[in-house]
Amino acid sequence: MGRLRNLLIPGVDKTLLLKDAVKTMPDLTRRRFISGGASLGALTLLTGCDVTDQFSAEEMLKQVSKFNDGVQAWMFNPDALAPTFPESAITKPFPFNAYYSLDEAPEIEAKDWKLEVRGLVENKKSWTLEELYKLPQVKQVTRHICVEGWSAIGSWTGTPLRDFLQIVGADTRAKYVWFQCADKDGYNSPLDMRSALHAQTQMTFKFGDEILPRAYGFPMKIRVPTKLGFKNPKYVISMEVTNDYKGGFWEDQGYNSFSGS
Amino acid sequence: MSSITASDQASAKATPKAKVIQPAWVRALHWTNAFAMVLMIMSGWKIYNASPLFDFTFSDSITLGGWLGGALLWHFAAMWLLMVNGLIYLALGLATGRFRKKLLPITPEGVLADTKAALTGKLSHEDLTKYNYVQKLLYAGIIVVGILIVLSGLAIWKPVQLQYLTAMFGGYEAARYVHFFCMAAIVAFMVVHVVLALLVPKSLRAMIIGR
Repeated sequence: MGRLRNLLIPGVDKTLLLKDAVKTMPDLTRRRFISGGASLGALTLLTGCDVTDQFSAEEMLKQVSKFNDGVQAWMFNPDALAPTFPESAITKPFPFNAYYSLDEAPEIEAKDWKLEVRGLVENKKSWTLEELYKLPQVKQVTRHICVEGWSAIGSWTGTPLRDFLQIVGADTRAKYVWFQCADKDGYNSPLDMRSALHAQTQMTFKFGDEILPRAYGFPMKIRVPTKLGFKNPKYVISMEVTNDYKGGFWEDQGYNSFSGS
Repeated sequence: MSSITASDQASAKATPKAKVIQPAWVRALHWTNAFAMVLMIMSGWKIYNASPLFDFTFSDSITLGGWLGGALLWHFAAMWLLMVNGLIYLALGLATGRFRKKLLPITPEGVLADTKAALTGKLSHEDLTKYNYVQKLLYAGIIVVGILIVLSGLAIWKPVQLQYLTAMFGGYEAARYVHFFCMAAIVAFMVVHVVLALLVPKSLRAMIIGR
């Protein structure tokens, strides 16, 4: 206040001075409108959206989700193992969960099924279930966490995916392993290579020491305890080693693509 | 010349002391936090609805995101605003000594006396720069709850990468309950906070224009 008073000219009435000053100012509302428009345009540029597009919250949210993919990839420690539990901690019954009812779950005949291997691999031969069962298997009791928030502890037994990728001569410098499934409407999901090579990422053939039942993805599911449940595809029919981001059933609808735990 | 002196005295009387009650950084961070909190809570309710912990869900009319996927996008976008804003607040609160000056000390006698005064309508709101003991306790408490809700949120988001944090909350499922109860505490605080701000409008004015 003191400094302001010093600026005033002695002998001039302050109220009148103020009134004159206000008259010379441009229309405040118009100024606000213009500056508001300019900052919205700047924001559109910053977020990399098409400037001709209307600014949309949806586009901004998509960009943030991509940013979150990067943050999670940075946070991902390939040596950090998901906590394991004693058999007594297994959730019984382990829930069946899908975007369809159990009646609509794929019914796969073991003898008709083959795992197709495609993309950046040396050996593109398809694998029968019998052949896959001969590979060394390990068991894990880990927590399955659903994107919906609930969790359940299960026992999964199968071949570490990284062992299989080595057997088929996969180029592990590729960005993704992309899985396609037999679910109705064609389920699929991309898995980043670092997660695919994680020690606990598994081609699962058994649940609770029994052959994987239909409810949990017979004949094969991919168990990734460092990812949310929807990144653990069931009823897998093919895997493709690729550098292309091919999208996924839920990922395309807006679930965060990395979705790491 | 005499008219100048007279008007100067008059204006000095009209604004007895232009004392800043809430500095600009507090106001900017407060409203940013309020905005981020509302986004987090409304999207959080939609996420809760996908797998409710209790025998109730939140009405869709008060949730954000439209469906689980949309709510998650909002939640994981607004979290950055909330966390960055919150970290700046904690850093400035500690660095400027505001926390120490405004919130400490908190004594049980002081809290009891001011609670009694508040309930009998005898609590003074003369000097808004000074918090009474009930305010001190609630404001300090809500900072702790704010830290807890962020940490329990991180524990739910990253139960493998941040598994030690998750274990500190008693595991993944327990962390969900902690996260929920922190939300409930913040919503309860907000209701009381807003009602009291409206009952003492000059405190609301101070949080908008500073004085």
